[in-house]
Amino acid sequence: MSAPEQTPGGSYAPALETPRSPYKRSRSTRPNWELHGWLFMRMSGLALIVLVFGHLFINLVQGEGIHQVDWGFVAGKWSSPFWQTWDLLMLWLAQLHGTNGVRTVINDYAERDATRFWLKMALYLATVIVLVVGTLVIFTFDPCADPTRNFDFCSAA
Amino acid sequence: MSSPETTPRETSGTAGSAKSAQAASEHDGGAQPREGGNIGGTGEVPSFEVTLKIRRYDPERDSEPRWEEHRLTMYGTDRVLDALHKVKWEVDGSLTFRRSCAHGVCGSDAMRINGVNRLACKVLLKDLNLDKPITVEPIKGLPVEKDLLVDMEPFFASYREIMPFLITKGAEPTRERIQSQVDRERFDDTTKCILCAACTSSCPVFWTDGQYFGPAAIVNAHRFIFDSRDAGSDLRLEILNDKEGVWRCRTTFNCSEACPRGIQVTKAIAEVKQAIIARKF
Repeated sequence: MSAPEQTPGGSYAPALETPRSPYKRSRSTRPNWELHGWLFMRMSGLALIVLVFGHLFINLVQGEGIHQVDWGFVAGKWSSPFWQTWDLLMLWLAQLHGTNGVRTVINDYAERDATRFWLKMALYLATVIVLVVGTLVIFTFDPCADPTRNFDFCSAA
Repeated sequence: MSSPETTPRETSGTAGSAKSAQAASEHDGGAQPREGGNIGGTGEVPSFEVTLKIRRYDPERDSEPRWEEHRLTMYGTDRVLDALHKVKWEVDGSLTFRRSCAHGVCGSDAMRINGVNRLACKVLLKDLNLDKPITVEPIKGLPVEKDLLVDMEPFFASYREIMPFLITKGAEPTRERIQSQVDRERFDDTTKCILCAACTSSCPVFWTDGQYFGPAAIVNAHRFIFDSRDAGSDLRLEILNDKEGVWRCRTTFNCSEACPRGIQVTKAIAEVKQAIIARKF
């Protein structure tokens, strides 16, 4: 096989700034989640505005404000399924919203495939840990776990 | 692809002006100022000194691109393209760049002027800050072949992929395909594209991810997607629903800012996004 034809002085090519890889679109065989990701960002963003500002108002403004927040305050909130659902929703939406945002940042800025892969793996691991631990706390929170606290219902049980 | 200019300076530079001077002296009047006329300098085109800083790269000689400065005397009516012509025709004939019509229609001379993508034929020198050198670079994100000339093939490959032609179904009408003015107005903005690549090569997503379709391809898809006579919208929307399609857009508005035709590029991309969503749900 003869060598491919080269332009005179063809060996210069590597010295050129290579701003991009050659055009070659890889048709993804995996389902494409970009549409859903894009929609999720907008929907969760809207929901989070209500959830986060509602959370901030209830905790920090209403009543005695910031000074009311202690073990008892949290215990009181999480005894109600409403606030459990609120906090669960806020946790999951915020975490997934943030993860998807950082995922796009990694996609935009990580140039090497290996770097991109491992950064995303680290991101997904962190996401799973936060979601699991957070969800666990919301559902298994025991108001009597703090021995310095003595709620009536703790001794009753 | 248009070939680089190779006009030797003798033909259009020196000889050209000598010829016109001769012609002017033979025939009274013309563009030549009359003797003793224009005493107050009224109507005289002001001239000024310009420093042009051009990004040069000759693949046969340079190992990497370099900057080259030229001090030129230019006039108030001159554009950046005229300055480049002056360099090419009177100083250094090896300067390579594309230009065809030189009047902002063909879209050949998109380049990075003072850091922003512009058509060299549409930027008047007097509108730039002349205290500093005017930098002229090739557009970013496409492989540089020589000086200001880039390989446009990746750009056109994306363009071809969105099928930029009318797709119809059913029997062909006996006369023309009739469209109401309102329907025509729907995609009027995106018909203005001249494929100069100023938008695509100003897009930071395209700089890092060459697989991204880029604003120009999406604009030209928009032109057909929103055309009431076209029946291929579903195909095009599916192509742009790709991982490297419209969802890659980060709405930085660089494309809208760069477009020499004033197309609302980011808006067109947003409309394509909405069309894909509307089709899915």
